[in-house]
Amino acid sequence: MSTLLAGSPAAPGAVPAAWRGSLRRLARLRWGVTAALVMLAIVAAAVLAPWVSPHDPLVVDIRHRLAPPVWMAGGTTQHLLGTDQIGRDLLSRIVWGGRVSLVVGVFAVLISASLGVLLGLGAGYFGGRTDAVIMTGLNVMLSFPFVLLALAVIAVLGPSLPNMILVLGVADWPLYARVVRAETLAIREREFITAGRALGMSHARLMFGQILPNLVSLIVVIATLQVARVIILESFLSFLGLGVQPPTAAWGNMLGEGRVYMLNSWWIAAFPGLAIFVTTLAINLVGNALRDWLDPNLKL
Amino acid sequence: MRRYIVRQLVQFVVVVVGISMLSFAILHVIGDPVLLLLPQNAGREEFERYRRLLGLDQPLPVQYWKFVSRAVTGDFGKSWYGDVPAFPLVLERMPPTIYLTFAGLGVALAIALPLGILSALRRHSFVDNLCTALAVAGQAMPIFWLGIMLIILFAVRLRILPASGYGTWQHFVMPAFTLGAFLAPITMRLVRSGLIEVLNQEYIKTARAKGLGERLVVVKHAFRNVCIPVITVLGLQFGQLLGGAIVTETVFAWPGVATLTVESIRNQDFPVVQCAVVLLALIIVAVNLCVDVIVGFVDPRIRVRA
Repeated sequence: MSTLLAGSPAAPGAVPAAWRGSLRRLARLRWGVTAALVMLAIVAAAVLAPWVSPHDPLVVDIRHRLAPPVWMAGGTTQHLLGTDQIGRDLLSRIVWGGRVSLVVGVFAVLISASLGVLLGLGAGYFGGRTDAVIMTGLNVMLSFPFVLLALAVIAVLGPSLPNMILVLGVADWPLYARVVRAETLAIREREFITAGRALGMSHARLMFGQILPNLVSLIVVIATLQVARVIILESFLSFLGLGVQPPTAAWGNMLGEGRVYMLNSWWIAAFPGLAIFVTTLAINLVGNALRDWLDPNLKL
Repeated sequence: MRRYIVRQLVQFVVVVVGISMLSFAILHVIGDPVLLLLPQNAGREEFERYRRLLGLDQPLPVQYWKFVSRAVTGDFGKSWYGDVPAFPLVLERMPPTIYLTFAGLGVALAIALPLGILSALRRHSFVDNLCTALAVAGQAMPIFWLGIMLIILFAVRLRILPASGYGTWQHFVMPAFTLGAFLAPITMRLVRSGLIEVLNQEYIKTARAKGLGERLVVVKHAFRNVCIPVITVLGLQFGQLLGGAIVTETVFAWPGVATLTVESIRNQDFPVVQCAVVLLALIIVAVNLCVDVIVGFVDPRIRVRA
């Protein structure tokens, strides 16, 4: 594959030189590309859930309760991955559960990335007292385990989907802020910033127009990797019963419910967990590949 | 050295104050204790009476000051559920959490050190690639799922380990492994990249040129220098480790602080939640302080840079 792309003399000039390098690097990232395809399939399944899921995720079929997956004795082709304790189709619930995980992951990351980038830029650009205040806040946040903070806030706010997005979004800004601040400190000293200042650019224009564009690939990489982390945390909260509430299908609460039945029906807990694992693995691989592709020198 | 320690101490105090503010804010600014305490159909006067009773009619700074001055004496109020002081309740559950944390750390090191060293020495070999793949998979693994799969396999199917509980060494096996699997991937990557970096240094060339055996070069000259960054990062990861312990505890019904916290959240028992959150955060900050001081002591360059 890589030799094909790199050394093929068949169409010289068909691919611009600048692109050829990128393509060659892309070929080296075949794991990342595979993972991206898997990710695309997961996203498509979640978006198209009403059309692709074989059953309604909430319809109870009590005659087929605790049916094993199709390849085991007693399994039916009607329920490929089996059914749960009240006969809901596991495959359909997993497909629908993906919606919850992806929505929480994406929106929480949007919140935390915006917050973190804003605070990191401010701290790095202004320095001095602003920097000290933001860094102290950052150290305080970092001394709480993310899980503990999320638990404490959910305990007060009460479990629901918007609350969870809010909590995970607000709790996760320090990572972005730290990296963005460090980069901003370095960029601030470069000539083009001095030049911009000499031209009379405003602080906002320097920060968002001049410094921020240099940080985009960095932020994209962190944000991608963080989506995976947020999904794991969301499913943990739901697993504890402090996240998305039943009967809504979410991978975490399916896993939590399935845990009660693991003595005889392992599949109820196993498959939702597998879904989380495959999704986070795919996202991590895509994130790593993005990092290698955009900027191999990024140290994260 | 003294200036370095003083600076770290000042930072420690600032962070502790921040922790107290944050944990106060979670209950008193984001939430409203009275709303959480009273049944929803309670009358208006009832709310006002409770508000006065708990001192919630006073300005926030006054309330915060009261909270802090009581908290430093270990008074976090009484558990709303059991009518016993929250502090001893939480303290009592601390040892299992600490044992679990150390057991997990031990397992992580037992996995990560040999594998990390091996993959650094045989870079881009089959073993190295396998270890990297394992690390990537391990980082994506939700450990509460791993824990449940272990229970299904070893407790339900094979019946060789207890599914949950606390007491004998058998009870430690699965929780410690689960927590270890959480921390091992990042540790392994650290050891690997640290060792690769050190092995390229001039003094390693010198050691080899002197005719020292490869084993002596790796163990005595290279590995010792890898220890400092590994200890630093592991120390900073202590919060992560404790977070992992929280997850692990809830899966195995381990009678530690995390299980207590989750129970208390379900019972809406806020004094206990608050006390547990503050204590855990304090432990993490204290560990970070110790790591900073030790590392500064071992490596003078860090003292100067900070």
